[in-house]
Amino acid sequence: MAEFKDVPPNAPAAEKALNWIDNRFPLSKLFKEHMSEYYAPKNFNFFYFFGVLSLLVLVIQILTGIFLVMHYKPDADEAFASVEYIMRDVPWGWLIRYMHSTGASAFFVVVYLHMFRGLIYGSYRKPRELVWVFGCAIFLALMGEAFMGYLLPWGQMSYWGAQVIVNLFSAIPFIGPDLALLIRGDYVVGDATLNRFFSFHVIAVPLVLLGLVVAHIIALHEVGSNNPDGVEIKDKKDANGKPLDGIPFHPYYSVHDLMGVIGFLLVFCAIIFFAPEFGGYFLEYNNFIPADPLKTPLHIAPVWYFTPYYSMLRAITSEMMYGLILCVLVAAYLGATRANISNFLKVVVVGSAVALVLMMLSIDAKFWGVVVMGGAVVILFFLPWLDNCAVKSIRYRPDWHVWLYAIFVINFFVLGYLGIQPPSAIGERVSQLGTLFYFGFFLLMPWWSRMGETKPVPDRVNFVAH
Amino acid sequence: MKKFILSVILVLTSALSAVPSFAAGSSIPWDKAPDRLNDLGALQNGAKLFVNYCLNCHAASYMRFNRLTDIGLTEQQIKDNLLFTTDKVGETMKIAMDPKQGKDWFGGNPPDLTVIARSRSGSGGSGADYLYTYLRTYYRDESKVTGWNNLAFPNVGMPHVLWELQGQRKPVFEEIQSKGHTTQVLKGWEQITPGKMSPIAYDSAVGDLVNYMQWMADPTQSTRIRVGVWVMLYLLVFFVIAWRLNAAYWKDIR
Repeated sequence: MAEFKDVPPNAPAAEKALNWIDNRFPLSKLFKEHMSEYYAPKNFNFFYFFGVLSLLVLVIQILTGIFLVMHYKPDADEAFASVEYIMRDVPWGWLIRYMHSTGASAFFVVVYLHMFRGLIYGSYRKPRELVWVFGCAIFLALMGEAFMGYLLPWGQMSYWGAQVIVNLFSAIPFIGPDLALLIRGDYVVGDATLNRFFSFHVIAVPLVLLGLVVAHIIALHEVGSNNPDGVEIKDKKDANGKPLDGIPFHPYYSVHDLMGVIGFLLVFCAIIFFAPEFGGYFLEYNNFIPADPLKTPLHIAPVWYFTPYYSMLRAITSEMMYGLILCVLVAAYLGATRANISNFLKVVVVGSAVALVLMMLSIDAKFWGVVVMGGAVVILFFLPWLDNCAVKSIRYRPDWHVWLYAIFVINFFVLGYLGIQPPSAIGERVSQLGTLFYFGFFLLMPWWSRMGETKPVPDRVNFVAH
Repeated sequence: MKKFILSVILVLTSALSAVPSFAAGSSIPWDKAPDRLNDLGALQNGAKLFVNYCLNCHAASYMRFNRLTDIGLTEQQIKDNLLFTTDKVGETMKIAMDPKQGKDWFGGNPPDLTVIARSRSGSGGSGADYLYTYLRTYYRDESKVTGWNNLAFPNVGMPHVLWELQGQRKPVFEEIQSKGHTTQVLKGWEQITPGKMSPIAYDSAVGDLVNYMQWMADPTQSTRIRVGVWVMLYLLVFFVIAWRLNAAYWKDIR
């Protein structure tokens, strides 16, 4: 507990007021800890804008969402019309709605870039594991938020997208059909589904998101930010105990981020005002047709940010299952013959592999597709414990690591592209290879990340004054 | 790193430009509709055609009559010339036809047209392009119940409502042999009976109509672009200030 402080009676009114507050609430302390005396590495590059931009988009989504809820009607008979009412009859309603719909896509753009930054500079490595884990949880919550929000305009794509995804849950053995029923609240997507998704979208998930964002930032400020060199700035301090390569977040990064924010808003506003549909990617054309439970669209595709995962889901055909079974058997064989573990553990490995293969043979491929789709996100949580490379940053990893990361990114784009396309024979093969690569990248990381010769990591960060 | 980012951008842009998705499922390439979104006279003519020809079976139930003041009509003009289905200028464009009758007569309930231009966009062009092609490719087909068929929307349920203006026509196909495949290619049209309008005047009238429908689908689009220009200018100025402010703070960091 802090000491009660007094200020001289002739002090300025502002100082008196601040002192009054500080004696009752740690305002100055919080500002110092998180802003003016939070030391951040001075060598942040372009990719370091996307953390603060995620926060900005979150605020935009919450504020515009509040105003949308004032006019939106979560009712299967009125939802579509109420969105058009917002677009036409509510003063500036079109702007609020376009901000929210563009914001949804912008959120995923900045979050994907933010995650990519963490991936290539090793920001998930010790001691930042929890920062990364909280971040992955935010990503998962964000996916749920986006999925449920997409149902609300009650267009054809809203309806059939939800129908397809909720039906996936019914592929889970034993509990599946009941679980899908519980999610929908009906035997098909309908008014009950719309109401519960509305509730989740405006209350439940945003609360979880906000809590996780606070945890993410508290954890970050506890351990300090990583940087493009992956050097710990806390290892080199001056006489006052300040990191030599650190600068106070405020004012240096607050003005720096202001520039990033304006740069982002330039792009964001250009889309809102000049291309809010963004060629059918941000607002799908089919979604301007009211939901019709009797008319299935020819081609149902999720919004672009889900398509890489959707591709992986579609890649798991009954044919593909044999490929996956082969992977499990090879892994079990290597575990039993090459791994340096006790005989008992080897028996466990072989036993669980056999059990898994039996399940893979007996349960429908659709279920494994759901497992793969979910696993593609869940596997991110484990990244801090999969990476065994001696260095954090991609700058000092072996050159071929750079190429591997490049292929990973290209593979992710290819999967996303295929998820937009209608199914095709060649697309199916490519997405199967892409799925194997995606999982191979992570599951084999404990081995490949140790291979190759790393480059010497400098003691201090690389910084060129600008 | 730079090369890497460049390659990512390259993949992204080529992927976005190559996607032939969201096709509306038509059989002929779409003609380009004229752009008259800033031509108030054309939009007013389009509104007149829309209310006279479309707004009997199709509703535009999210569109208010008095929104037409945005394209230069006065409320009195709207009341005198366009209010057939209601007597209040603040009402939306609803119709009296029972959806059940629509189903009996046309095999399906005629869709609401408020945002139809937005929903029909696709890889072939804008929604206006589709509508412009669709309303100009009706032809006589006695095998159909209505006696009409359409090239952009084969086996369409809607008869040719504008036939008096366009007259009755039949497409002329040419068979083209290529690598063992025979394809039918549209060569031109055979006019069976003349319409009230010349072909050029008809195309222009349909151009007005689809521009009106494009405007109606998003009536704030011109405002949006006008406001957007000012927003961009403001942000550009702000960006320069933020950039110089940043440089001023960072000049001491070595």
